[in-house]
Amino acid sequence: MGTNIKLAWRNLWRNKRRTLITVASIFFGVVFSAYMTSMQEGSYTKMVEIVVKFYSGYMQVHHEDYWENKSINNTFEYSSELKDMILANKDVDDVIPRLESFGLASSKELTKGSMIFGIDPQGEDKLNQLGLKVREGKYLQPNDSGVVIGAGLAKYLQLTVNDTLVIISQGYHGVSAADKFPIRGIIKHVSPELNKMIVYMSLPKCQEFFGAENRLTSLVVHVIDQDHMKRSLRRLKESIESPYSIMSWEEMQPEVVQQIESDRAGGVIMKAILYLVIAFGILGTIMMMIMERRREFGVMVAIGMKKAKLASVIFFETLFIGLLGVISGILFSLPLLYYQSANPIPLTGQAAELMEDFGFAPYMFFSVQWEVFSQQAISVFIITLIIAVYPVISILRLKAIKAMRG
Amino acid sequence: MNIIEIKELHKIYDESEVKVHAVNNISLNFEKGEFAAIVGPSGSGKTTLLNMLGGLDKPTDGNILIDNTNLHKLRSSELIRFRMMNIGFVFQAYNLIPVLTAKENVEFIMHLQNKNKKEREERTMSLLKAVGLEGRENSRPSKLSGGQQQRVAVARALASKPKFVLADEPTANLDSKSTEQLLSIMEELNKQEHITFIFSTHDQRVVNKARRVITIEDGKVISDIRKDVESDSK
Repeated sequence: MGTNIKLAWRNLWRNKRRTLITVASIFFGVVFSAYMTSMQEGSYTKMVEIVVKFYSGYMQVHHEDYWENKSINNTFEYSSELKDMILANKDVDDVIPRLESFGLASSKELTKGSMIFGIDPQGEDKLNQLGLKVREGKYLQPNDSGVVIGAGLAKYLQLTVNDTLVIISQGYHGVSAADKFPIRGIIKHVSPELNKMIVYMSLPKCQEFFGAENRLTSLVVHVIDQDHMKRSLRRLKESIESPYSIMSWEEMQPEVVQQIESDRAGGVIMKAILYLVIAFGILGTIMMMIMERRREFGVMVAIGMKKAKLASVIFFETLFIGLLGVISGILFSLPLLYYQSANPIPLTGQAAELMEDFGFAPYMFFSVQWEVFSQQAISVFIITLIIAVYPVISILRLKAIKAMRG
Repeated sequence: MNIIEIKELHKIYDESEVKVHAVNNISLNFEKGEFAAIVGPSGSGKTTLLNMLGGLDKPTDGNILIDNTNLHKLRSSELIRFRMMNIGFVFQAYNLIPVLTAKENVEFIMHLQNKNKKEREERTMSLLKAVGLEGRENSRPSKLSGGQQQRVAVARALASKPKFVLADEPTANLDSKSTEQLLSIMEELNKQEHITFIFSTHDQRVVNKARRVITIEDGKVISDIRKDVESDSK
């Protein structure tokens, strides 16, 4: 084996220029592909962060019927046992209660359908820094009797801080829910849709308004590390029993998952084209190598080298070309992408505005997850293995006498 | 004692419209330790005969027995192994492995035979010394002259301790001085190691050194002269 590897390595440098050109093509392919993957994955991570922070959290515990029928009648009683049981999971950082429902928000002659969120102001601020989104007035206090409303809703209803908002709705088990609320602050929500309909109030006030004392629609479960979410979800699913159910953000936001998956698929096609070009580059080199050395292969078989052994030498040569390209590509990409990850590319003009409108920071973010690099290594390794089939077949079919005659 | 027995050997090439009878009913025997030259004009069939003797080409008819093993009854993988263990080759164009040094080229076949390091090194160094390349063992073929490369090829051919060495026009690319040196080395090794050497050549200097000269024309043996007994077995 040692001789085969030595032979393969030395053979690689018989035509330095050709080897370097082939290695360079893999190098650039790996760097480009890693850069593209890093940018994609970086933007998905940010997207998930936004979704998790401002909408659903990583996981939510509901009444088992709530997700099918989002009615205030499908709420559950908030118990410290349930909270403690969830917090006992070492991956869970915090549990934040919510009561969500719909109502008609009015001011003078104007009325608009709105989403009413009863929140724990401190817990919610910890999860998504909601307080920082307040543009006018102030954020809610724990037992506040006022509300914070979305800027779009405030504009539609022609309301401002310290004005009064009237909300009419149906409460728990059909009770009437109607009240007046002083506006404490106006928030610019990251979602343009929610901005036009969101009303935040403190949880006790919300429960009182809907006649749903100590009842919740959801418990938002926040995990310490996103990477461990699947593990904690699996554990919580095992421990949470009827009448509760737990859902991940992927289950609650399938459209986001679908958007990421379809975008990923686009990236995969791009990378497939790129790697196809690389594959033909490597194949061309290997074919040239085989043609040039046919006579030499004939001699080696003539003097007694088994064809399988000779094929393994060529296999190692192909593998070395692939490895050199991948290793150099990853070594170059690593510092580059770590730098880009720490210093995202700022966007300007309309692109920046568009990103901000959707609640994203106007930057191109980069990911340095290990998968960004391992994907490239695995892809080139598989390509190399496939290409290596050609020289192996050529050698197994080689006739020494014909090869020596050239 | 015969180590090679060639019986009614025929080789017909019929790849083109015209059939070529390259070897036509040749029967020959070679004994251990012979130093024989097969001579004849270009196209006479001497290289074809040598290729069949080396198991590189298959006869159309007839048999070649090496120590009672019918060469062409062996399967492809058995034949490769048989060549490695029993036959040494010296080619006109040297055909050394360019990325290996002289020492590594000689050692290469012993690697294939799974000989241990000590045995490999001892035999390699003794052969390189015998062919006058002591001190050049770490040179790659590109750094050696044609004559030196061919001497490495001879050392490589002998490294596996073969029963016989087939040398196809070994001096064709060499100058007079290198040819003289090479022939003396091969003659010496033939005597020392008692290994049979069979040359295909039309170099008169090789013919002069050979102790047996077989002349072939149009695929047939027209004379077989053993110089030591001065008898013509035609």
